[in-house]
Amino acid sequence: MSTTITPERLLADRDHCLFLLREMLRIRRFEEKAAEMYSLQKIHGFLHLYIGEEATGVGAMQAFRPQDAIVATYREHGQALARGMPAKVLMAEMFGKATGCSHGHGGSMHFFDASRRFFGGYAIVGGGLPIAVGLALADKLQNRQAVTACYFGDGAVAEGEFHESLNLAALWKLPVVFLCENNLYAMGTALSRHQAQTNITLKAQAYGLTSSAADGMDILAVEAAARQATDYVRQGNGPFLLELQTYRFRAHSMADPDLYRTKQEIEEWKKRDPILLFQRRLQDAGVLNESALAAMEAEVEAEIDEAVQFAESSPWEAVEELLNDVERRRTQ
Amino acid sequence: MTKMTYREAVRAALREALRSDPRVFLMGEDVGRYGGAFAVSLGLLEEFGPDRIRDTPLSESTFVGAGIGAALGGMRPIVEVMTVNFSMLALDQILNNAATLRHMSGGQLNVPLVVRMATGGGRQMAAQHSHSLEGWYAHIPGIRVLTPATADDAYGMLLAALQEVDPVFIFEHATLYPLEGEIDETAAGFDINQSKVIRTGRDVTLLTYGGTLGKTIEAADHLANDGVEAEVIDLRTLRPLDTPTILASIAKTHRAVIVDEAWRTGSFAAEISAQITENAFDELDAPVMRVCSAEVPMPYAKHLESAALPQVEGIIKAVQQVVPRNG
Repeated sequence: MSTTITPERLLADRDHCLFLLREMLRIRRFEEKAAEMYSLQKIHGFLHLYIGEEATGVGAMQAFRPQDAIVATYREHGQALARGMPAKVLMAEMFGKATGCSHGHGGSMHFFDASRRFFGGYAIVGGGLPIAVGLALADKLQNRQAVTACYFGDGAVAEGEFHESLNLAALWKLPVVFLCENNLYAMGTALSRHQAQTNITLKAQAYGLTSSAADGMDILAVEAAARQATDYVRQGNGPFLLELQTYRFRAHSMADPDLYRTKQEIEEWKKRDPILLFQRRLQDAGVLNESALAAMEAEVEAEIDEAVQFAESSPWEAVEELLNDVERRRTQ
Repeated sequence: MTKMTYREAVRAALREALRSDPRVFLMGEDVGRYGGAFAVSLGLLEEFGPDRIRDTPLSESTFVGAGIGAALGGMRPIVEVMTVNFSMLALDQILNNAATLRHMSGGQLNVPLVVRMATGGGRQMAAQHSHSLEGWYAHIPGIRVLTPATADDAYGMLLAALQEVDPVFIFEHATLYPLEGEIDETAAGFDINQSKVIRTGRDVTLLTYGGTLGKTIEAADHLANDGVEAEVIDLRTLRPLDTPTILASIAKTHRAVIVDEAWRTGSFAAEISAQITENAFDELDAPVMRVCSAEVPMPYAKHLESAALPQVEGIIKAVQQVVPRNG
């Protein structure tokens, strides 16, 4: 289940461990604030929270370098923060402001940052996979030493594009790390209710990919598995599928009454909260104490509060600019 | 000037693009070893190798999406989606990704992708292989829709499309591939923004594009014998539409007939008609007429297929309804 890393190792990697914890906390507090802003009607449209899945986003992101490309889904706040996008431009995006990472054009589901090769949140399930295959093809054709990280959920496994993309990436030996965040539900439909074969790593093997699975609630397990997968891909072996077994503690979106799973099931999973597990582990190993944790919490809270203030005080894009980003601006 | 077929013209443009820009590559079903379903890319695999002429699995959504991704990654992909009929399987990638990424990213990204596909009926291919859906694509903001009707345009439009920074869709009517035309391979700055007046006339404006241009010119020839001088405009580009050229012609002829191989309801012809009535209502001396395909899945039998598609007689008849005799 959990990685067998000794307390001594944790102590030796103290700074990195604290960084991982802090990154997860940033996501947790950001998402809690987003939910609050949604209920205050500052955020509209769909809002899909990442709470419970922080270890998969943060852990896997450690394996990627600045030159690598990231493709994500409509539940992409965690990956965006982990990639280094400032919380304030993400919050501003959800507020619909001109200072948002997509100028308020995309909202919660469509975060982009070209400078960080964060190629966006794709909100049609499975739609990002072919894009990732193409980005990897471009890297390969231009002899760039880069890989593409492609995050998607268990729901996407039912889509044709999952099968087509795995096949094409394997056929052409493209540098894609497929990261399936298996949270067990495609919106409200459990994996076992939409797949006859629920082992996702086996599906990948059928297309000629090497694959593995990791405990998505154990950040060190996620990080280790992602590094292994990414090293494999960097060595020119073709794509790899890593299944990260996780669970979302909140409903699919703010519009979801969450009627399809039991409270008991949710409570069982919450016992394996990736942040609490890691926090306890670090405390047991003597890496973290109460005052350090309190200081970290205070810093994170300040960052998120600043993000809200930034979003609140930011201007709207002028309506006159409505048509400006449809195609290249042309002189008349 | 070189004489060549429409098919050879597309191939010549592909070769030119592959030679001059290392970022360009072609991918699609059977574009390599087979030589292209319409023999357009015949010989290119041998000349440019498998990295640049890439046979794909039958997975339209993914290879079009991969084209989008490769364009984001700095390449200049040309994706061949054998025919418009199969492009339905890639519609999500086209509509939700190719067309939206620039806007959705707040202008950070752009998708310099060229997608080519054969379109249209007239070859007894029946209901699933005879679609003419360019008008659907022209509905989508964020992409350009080109419909070359001549060998010259087939050549020039492909090269011009590769100079664009946003997605361009080129529809090659399948009946045009064997037709010959003169190509000026030295022409620089090929224009894809303007419609072209193919034949001038004072009595009526005939507006068409792609596979029906030939029939429209033929109809105009017949009409001339009866003393009706029809102006023929090849629209060439459906999005963005060159409305000024259309309106200038209407201001002269005061009558319009639109010839469009798509079904009448919700057709691109309907869009042009609406633009004319919105912008030139006072110029019109007669209702704007449309000659479109019959509202039926395309039949296989030749006589039925011919009856379903726009024909020269139908165009003449439509003109006669709006142009007074001895007018």
